[in-house]
Amino acid sequence: MNELKLLLENPIVMSVLLAFVPIVFILVYALVTLYGEMKVAAHIQNRLAYMENGWHGTLQPFADILKLLQKEDIIPTAADKFLFSLAPYLVFVGTYASFAVLPFSSGFIGSNIDLGILYLVAASSLVVVGLLMSGWASNNKWSLFGSLRSAAQIVSYEIPGVLAILGVVMVLGTMNMQTMTQMQDGGIQNWLIFGGNFALGQKLALIPFMFILFVIYLLSSMAEVNRTPFDLPEAESELVQGYNTEYSGMKFAIFYLAEYANLFLVSAVVVILFFGGWTSPFGSFMGGPVWSAFWFIMKGMFFVFVNIWLRWTLPRLRVDQLMYVSWKVLTPFALFCIIAIGFIMVV
Amino acid sequence: MTALTTYFNDIYRSVSSTMTGMRITFKQMISPTVTIQYPHVKMKMPDRVRNRLFMNFDDCIGCELCAKACPVDCIDIEVMKAPPTESLGETSTGQKKRIYVTKFDIDIAKCCYCGLCVYPCPTECLKMTDVYEFSEYDRSNLIYNFGTMSPSEVETAKIKVKQYDEEQTAKKAAAAAQAAAAKAAAAAVPPTAAPVQNAPPQSLDSTPTQQ
Amino acid sequence: MIETLEKPKTSTGKTLRTEEMIVNMGPQHPSTHGVLRLEVVLDGEIVTDVIPHLGYLHRCFEKHCEHMTSYQQVIPYVDRMDYVASMTNEMAYVVAAEKLLKIEVCDRVHYIRIIMAELQRIASHLIAIGTFGIDMGAFTPFLYYFRDREKILELFEMTCGARLLYNYMWIGGLSHDIPPQFVEKTKEFIVGFKKTLQEVNDLLNYNEIFIKRTANVGILPKDLAINYACSGPMLRGSGVNWDLRRDDPYTMYDKFEWDVIVGKGEMGTVGDVWDRNMVRQLEMWESLRIIEQAIATLPEGDVSKAIPKRIRPVPGDAYGRVEGPRGELGVYIIAEDSVTPYRIKARAPAFVNLSVITEISKGAMLADLVAIMGSIDIVLGEVDR
Ligand code: SF4
Ligand code: SF4
Repeated sequence: MNELKLLLENPIVMSVLLAFVPIVFILVYALVTLYGEMKVAAHIQNRLAYMENGWHGTLQPFADILKLLQKEDIIPTAADKFLFSLAPYLVFVGTYASFAVLPFSSGFIGSNIDLGILYLVAASSLVVVGLLMSGWASNNKWSLFGSLRSAAQIVSYEIPGVLAILGVVMVLGTMNMQTMTQMQDGGIQNWLIFGGNFALGQKLALIPFMFILFVIYLLSSMAEVNRTPFDLPEAESELVQGYNTEYSGMKFAIFYLAEYANLFLVSAVVVILFFGGWTSPFGSFMGGPVWSAFWFIMKGMFFVFVNIWLRWTLPRLRVDQLMYVSWKVLTPFALFCIIAIGFIMVV
Repeated sequence: MTALTTYFNDIYRSVSSTMTGMRITFKQMISPTVTIQYPHVKMKMPDRVRNRLFMNFDDCIGCELCAKACPVDCIDIEVMKAPPTESLGETSTGQKKRIYVTKFDIDIAKCCYCGLCVYPCPTECLKMTDVYEFSEYDRSNLIYNFGTMSPSEVETAKIKVKQYDEEQTAKKAAAAAQAAAAKAAAAAVPPTAAPVQNAPPQSLDSTPTQQ
Repeated sequence: MIETLEKPKTSTGKTLRTEEMIVNMGPQHPSTHGVLRLEVVLDGEIVTDVIPHLGYLHRCFEKHCEHMTSYQQVIPYVDRMDYVASMTNEMAYVVAAEKLLKIEVCDRVHYIRIIMAELQRIASHLIAIGTFGIDMGAFTPFLYYFRDREKILELFEMTCGARLLYNYMWIGGLSHDIPPQFVEKTKEFIVGFKKTLQEVNDLLNYNEIFIKRTANVGILPKDLAINYACSGPMLRGSGVNWDLRRDDPYTMYDKFEWDVIVGKGEMGTVGDVWDRNMVRQLEMWESLRIIEQAIATLPEGDVSKAIPKRIRPVPGDAYGRVEGPRGELGVYIIAEDSVTPYRIKARAPAFVNLSVITEISKGAMLADLVAIMGSIDIVLGEVDR
């Protein structure tokens, strides 16, 4: 018993154990979202989707994963084998590393560092490297197109995204994600989208800018995870499948896993920045570590749902329009909001 | 100034049209689905549906009209004229069968379900049914043998026809001989006429054009 | 050691510049609508040249027709030319053959043929707009349209027993009269379909992203459209007021009230991709108008009275043309003294329309090329025949 306690107090063992929490979460969540996306898409299109395996096809995601697991892992002869095999893991690692700073509940955060949000932005940029690598290593013109597009897209959308985050950081005065959440505690009226926990005048002045920042961050996060209308890197009607054209089997599955994990990651950031993270909308009612985990995941899943909903509604932008939206619409608006917020916070 | 108005106008329209789109898709999401769970639920077929061919071999009189009507030649019929002494029975429409149909195959894999073979049949023995699930692992299983004559029956039929033919030729020969004899007796000219009649072989260009 | 590499060339013999590259779009590519191969020369995302390569779906339709044993047997073959608009193909052939044989059919046959052809036009436009939506990345409208197309196919199935390749219009008549429930079901369909049309119009055609993607893209000017002999929505999208149903009325189109839809450049320039798509969208409303009038005034008659037992025309030739969903579909028949046609030639609108792609997609972006391809609305079965 004592040995076990000692073992648990060992920082390395502890961090390994802590690191397991997000990966288990990601795996479970990916299965749910896989199922959810198919079902939402199907119902939007008046279909039924999975119905055969399990109740309403609930076992279908497992079957899909099993299928991918036992598929032949094809590496094209002309591909750069090392980079080709490395790329999907790099993409996944970038996303997974960002999960370290997500405050899942009032009682759980992987690493409560002060530069949390900055670290998150930096770590998730690793994804670009992986995508570029996959496109280049596949030695396929369509893949190359896809990866170049995605690199350009993610890099340009990081700017309005980061500016939006900056606006929030200016309001809250911290980059620690746990503190950020705690500052919005105390009920729905304290969430930043509703002006945060400030005096009434300041609060009212903040609401419009917070709303704009929220929309900006939502859009740029959608672009960062390559979802419609910003799914150009994998635009199937133009680029076949984009950067993952040549991938099959488990590597393909890992790309998908990373994409879904990334989707939750950005939704979680939206939730933390504007919707009070794990805080309960009813103040201390339904609070506590377990409830807060519930709120966090529910809010996150709601934005995942919005993403899916938008995906099956909208057409896709063109490359130049994509850049136009980022540089000429989102960035100026974000800058304007930051200046305005600066004034509000000073006054 | 106009550039600025277009700029804001564009933003406004993007937002509003996206909202419209989301409203429509949400409405559809909660409206009932239209698909059916196919292997468990099946659609009702209308009466005129044209799927797998069915053939009632008992009614076939071997006229080959269906084979001629088929645009893809997927009906393969072999027929033999039966001796008139032989009774092959009647079709359900009351027509007398006079022809042995020794083979009646439909290659359903080639069939394009056009239904053209159904109309010319005088006894209405071809029909398009509503069966559409008849996939096979082996292509040869898709050649449907509708003919019911067994090989031995075909053999006997062949022998009968041959016998009858021989009888007929013998009769004809006898008749011809009789006629010739009568002629010879009547004209009493040197009998060199007959070989001349037999001698010229069929010329080459008269290959049969009919198939 | 410096190797002197031979510079790559396109299949037309043009040497590429250093920054250009050739990408083969198709024959297996999601947005070539079948098996078309486009050799695309790209400079970054900009298309500098497009060379279409055809023939991957060539099935010798015309040659087959010369080896039939009767004129009737040709119909299942013409069905398979443009497989999303079989009724129109049959109509073109039947119109030509009836001209050749000088057969007069009764009014009921004309009316039913018009109803079928217009339903078929709607079904075909539904696929055209739906797949165009997919090319733009919007998958959902496609399925909404397929849901309603299904109802048209059910009407067809009810009438002639087949859903796609009908063999319904025969020389001198129809294979079946319409079933008793047909009129009622059609009315039901029209009511429901108008809602879908409006809905998808809002969801897709007036979506800002869609407009931005399609307006001012792939502009086909009036003179170019005429010079390339484009027809159908391609031509009308460019602002040319030309519709065979009105300008060379075959069967009985002159009896009905309807308008020819012409592209107006509402969102950009006349003749852009958006206009072509919108012409299709609005044409469906006009088709509905024609169908409504036709079923309201459907005359009585025997639809199989004029079907000849044995077709053996006097030697001669005839050209019949109809306005198909994709444009002018012409069938030219030369008859000799026999029961089979000596030669049948089809003027396939999709083939003619496709020829303009090189001209209008130079300088566009790769994503625009996909949009242009989608707006031409090709059916490879008809392009290659
Ligand atoms: S349905 Fe058509 S293709 Fe099939 S056997 Fe009859 S005539 Fe031939
Ligand atoms: S047309 Fe009818 S009767 Fe004649 S051969 Fe064919 S199936 Fe037999």
